Amino acid sequence: MWQPSATIETLKVRADFIAQIRRFFAERKVLEVETPALSQATVTDIHLQSFTTKLAATVSDDNQAQALYLQTSPEFAMKRLLAAGSGAIFQICKAFRNEEQGRYHNPEFTMLEWYRPGFSYLQLIDEIDELVCCLLGTESAQLISYQQIFIDILGIDPLTASSEQLKQVISKHQQMSDWLEKEEDIDTLLQFMFATFIEPSIGQERPCFIYHFPASQAALAKLAPADKRVACRFELYYRNMELANGFDELTNASEQRLRFEQDNRQRKARNLPEKPLDERLLAALEHGLADCSGVALGIDRLLMLKLNKTEIKDVLSFDLHRC
Amino acid sequence: MANFSTNEFKAGLKLMIDGEPCNILENELVKPGKGQAFNRVKIRKLISGKVLEKTFKSGESVEGADVMETDLAYLYNDGEFWHFMNNDTFEQLAADAKAVGDNEKWLKDGDMCVLTLWNGTPITVTPPNFVELEVTETDPGLKGDTAGTGGKPATLVTGAVVRVPLFIQIGEVVKVDTRSGEYVSRAGK
Repeated sequence: MWQPSATIETLKVRADFIAQIRRFFAERKVLEVETPALSQATVTDIHLQSFTTKLAATVSDDNQAQALYLQTSPEFAMKRLLAAGSGAIFQICKAFRNEEQGRYHNPEFTMLEWYRPGFSYLQLIDEIDELVCCLLGTESAQLISYQQIFIDILGIDPLTASSEQLKQVISKHQQMSDWLEKEEDIDTLLQFMFATFIEPSIGQERPCFIYHFPASQAALAKLAPADKRVACRFELYYRNMELANGFDELTNASEQRLRFEQDNRQRKARNLPEKPLDERLLAALEHGLADCSGVALGIDRLLMLKLNKTEIKDVLSFDLHRC
Repeated sequence: MANFSTNEFKAGLKLMIDGEPCNILENELVKPGKGQAFNRVKIRKLISGKVLEKTFKSGESVEGADVMETDLAYLYNDGEFWHFMNNDTFEQLAADAKAVGDNEKWLKDGDMCVLTLWNGTPITVTPPNFVELEVTETDPGLKGDTAGTGGKPATLVTGAVVRVPLFIQIGEVVKVDTRSGEYVSRAGK
């Protein structure tokens, strides 16, 4: 098992691919930055588990072994750069998630993340589309709202349906299970339906952006001014893969603090460890973050699509089993 | 029986799903960047043989199924049950028609079969991949025609009907692939 999991041929394409991404941003005068992989705080998102390590007591300021987290994405640090006046920035970096690995997942993976001050999320979607067209040679993407795709494919409105109504649709499509019968969380039901019924039928011919996710799945996105039931959050899908997640970024510090605290309450309710809030991010937002949109895109998956590879390990020099 | 968490799911694991023992064929993690993770598994129901997909919420536990496979020699059929014996311990087990199913026609006394047991009771009987059986009935083929164009049906001692080349005669022993039901060769070749 000393040999790489990708072929040397693939690694050459990978190098070109990343060079092409850097050229794309250089031409657009977007500044490349690097932020730390280790951070004193981490995400509170209940579905994300970060790797934790300890700084040796002899090195830390207060002689206590201090917890440090490997970043699950460079989002918080990049927002602090934006608040400090960086202007448009991008980063190609490793992100770490302490989770199972699988066909499309490796706990350590490569992420492209970029931020565009002054862009609405729709403008950012156009730019992502251009990048994907240029990297994969795809046609221009389809754009459809979360609500509309549920209505088109399942005949149900995800913003008004009760958990009972969602379960009826699940039963009708013969996907009912014991755990679903007992599930009361609307978002879990919606996410199950999205993964089971919607993802396999979108973005097959050309990439597909889904936007306006329910406010309860807003993550760090602003709520839509015209309809507070939905968030200015979007995702990109292509050939059964989730490729990117982006927002019109939440810039309000107190709203951000509320969402962190809400996550921690949910963590407590589910017996998950609560996480310290990233006070440095909150301070940056308080200082002021101009309106901007940002997106994170999985480079390994994008390369899988380019090369028609079926497993993420086929595009990694060494996957988890060989690292 | 122990419970298994979704992070222990892998091909070959036997679980109780919808009240029936099942075998996991494939397990795939479905994890959106934001939101709940799921495990999508392809399973074979071990009694009905049906293959289907099920999606579990990651972190859930599912009851394991007490399923094991054992190699036993076929003995005889008493009209209702098919009897098998462990050649080391001489312990005997009886399988019913539901467990034997269509494979009845490949069972020859003395042949080693694989029995899948659920809570100690046989639920499937798998004959050896190749069996050698005597031809009890077939049309006399034209002498000299060895090209075997299309062949002819032959009834074997167990009642199975397979297509054999024209030169095969009653009383000969033929080798058959039980997975496809196709003639392979004359026995011993």
